[in-house]
Amino acid sequence: MRIALFATCLADTMFPAAAKATVQLLERLGHEVVFPLEQTCCGQMHVNTGYQDQALPLVRRYVRTFEACDVVVAPSGSCVGSIRHQHAMVARQAGEVGLASRAEAVAGRTYELSELLVDVLEVEDVGAYYPHRVTYHPTCHSLRVLRVGDKPLRLLRQVRGLDLVELPAAEQCCGFGGTFAVKNADTSTAMLADKMRHVLDTGADVCTAGDASCLMHIGGGLARLRTGVRTVHLAEILASTEAS
Amino acid sequence: MTFLGMPAHAPRGVGHLRGDESFPAAARTALANPQLRRNLQHATTTIRGKSGRVIAELPDWEELRSAGSALKAYTMANLPRLLEQLEEKVTAAGGVVHWAADANEANRIVTDLIKETGEQRVIKIKSMATQEIALNEALEAAGITPVETDLAELIVQLGHDKPSHILVPAIHRNRSEIREIFLREMPGVDPALTDDPPELAGAARRYLRETFLSTRVAVSGANFGIADTGTLAVVESEGNGRMCLTLPDTLITVMGIEKVVPSWQDLEVFLQLLPRASTGERMNPYTSMWTGVTPGDGPQNFHLVLLDNGRTAVLADEVGRQALHCIRCSACLNVCPVYERTGGHAYGSVYPGPIGAILSPQLTGIEDNASLPYASSLCGACFDACPVKIDIPSILVHLRNQAPHPRTEKAAMAAAAYTMDRPKLYERAQRAAKLSKLLGKRGRGLPPPLNGWAASRDLPAPPPESFRDWWRGR
Repeated sequence: MRIALFATCLADTMFPAAAKATVQLLERLGHEVVFPLEQTCCGQMHVNTGYQDQALPLVRRYVRTFEACDVVVAPSGSCVGSIRHQHAMVARQAGEVGLASRAEAVAGRTYELSELLVDVLEVEDVGAYYPHRVTYHPTCHSLRVLRVGDKPLRLLRQVRGLDLVELPAAEQCCGFGGTFAVKNADTSTAMLADKMRHVLDTGADVCTAGDASCLMHIGGGLARLRTGVRTVHLAEILASTEAS
Repeated sequence: MTFLGMPAHAPRGVGHLRGDESFPAAARTALANPQLRRNLQHATTTIRGKSGRVIAELPDWEELRSAGSALKAYTMANLPRLLEQLEEKVTAAGGVVHWAADANEANRIVTDLIKETGEQRVIKIKSMATQEIALNEALEAAGITPVETDLAELIVQLGHDKPSHILVPAIHRNRSEIREIFLREMPGVDPALTDDPPELAGAARRYLRETFLSTRVAVSGANFGIADTGTLAVVESEGNGRMCLTLPDTLITVMGIEKVVPSWQDLEVFLQLLPRASTGERMNPYTSMWTGVTPGDGPQNFHLVLLDNGRTAVLADEVGRQALHCIRCSACLNVCPVYERTGGHAYGSVYPGPIGAILSPQLTGIEDNASLPYASSLCGACFDACPVKIDIPSILVHLRNQAPHPRTEKAAMAAAAYTMDRPKLYERAQRAAKLSKLLGKRGRGLPPPLNGWAASRDLPAPPPESFRDWWRGR
């Protein structure tokens, strides 16, 4: 299958390993990956901070960039959530009815990584090898906006060498929330403290998730406290093999 | 109505819909209170567990939620007609209906009605509407003593405190604090009182029973006002509300206009949704219903005050109006990770938590509660928990779009959007992002509000090359 990658601005700029891993994984599974260079950002930060008019050109850009693609994948539940649940709304609010229906069509072909693997490519064992004790944080938008359910866990359970440990109170938010983390830094930190306590309670070496943004938050806290626990994107685990 | 024909917001200077400080500032104080954090964590976890268990017992919970949502949407679309129908039925049953445009008008109506009876003390049933309009303060100013009879509301009143939860107003207090409040403030309390919960409840019972038997006017709120029968309904857990609704000569009910439901049969849905979502009970313990006046039985004078106080303004917003669907179960508070840590006072309004973050700014106008729509990480737990499926996260985003924005943020957002829409410029910005390593992991020297991130979280180390540079080079 020919799959277009939407890397997301955060992974493209700060966490390229997650996007590279997505490419390597899909190519290993026998698919062709394309990366249209006109892509930038989905506009979620603007929408969720209250700047819908400024998000409009970014919605238009996303639609134009990926309109010709059959399938689009992004290594982020949050960005796919925004594409699926906000893009058409932003266009409609601006009175752009045509753009809204085009946005809906592209959004219908845009998948978060675990959705693409399990629902579209119908694979759970991706042939990965990752010999570490790992706990999985489900991330709010994967869980409650996209409803990915246990798809990421089903993928992780098939990874050889991986010791998967359940995260207590996994479904509680880590406190990131985009600009929430700076606008309400104290509350965000209080939420993060509990998330980190639960991660540490598992005794895992690695905390994984399907979103670079939540991992940046949890990882930033774990690093500040010198816990020695790393955050690694789900795509990187699934891309790992015995050869790597 | 204002001169422009737009419905008015709740007026300033009266009521409890606005805080003294912004949410982040008030939250900082609350987060530093270890007792509050422990009380809240324990209480919300307990209610969440209990509610989750009894909801799981119902095979048709999702259908009930959909029915509740549809009934509320129908009600809002037909509000004027349903309210007039309610007025007609209540009047026909011997009640008197009053229309209050705002808090000032409602307080004046209730105060005048009590003055007409010549009484100087009233008993009150826990009611969000009367807290919203600060009726107690208005009564005290007129020389009338209101006595709260809901146990938790009594604790709040005696403690000269404010409620911090819709359903459990004293959730921020533990039993030793309650004992101290009773010893200090409760008339005739036994000085040997301990903090044993049955003993505390016993002390409140002795005090309240005397008050019930010697007070001739009661003030209540209403959970539902049924248009096709003119019946009012109050649901509560203690029976103290029932005392207030049956013992006095005069009953005055203050009801928000959104509490009307079309027909008697609709209670079938709401009385299943409300107790399971709120207290985690299968059936509500005390459900009191009355229709006007019944000769020789219960209060012989009944007044219904229909309160707008900004609700019509909420109704005018086609996205935001869903906030009026709320049945005050507080399930969204109990699942909210923000509420669990800050408690209700940080929201500055009698309506805290996720529902408060969308309701208060709409009632007052967004300028007066501009920080509330941002008091959420948009995690979505509230939407999943809401028994009438209010899409709280979408309304939060909608309100953020209307909120006044700080000037520096506006400039930064405009610059980001400009850059993001120009791939060449975006790539240059990506290369510049590598300079962020000059800040070090601790991000010293970051300007506000970005220093808020760096206060507790390391900055990610910039990668040697962006993904797109790697892609081009492979």
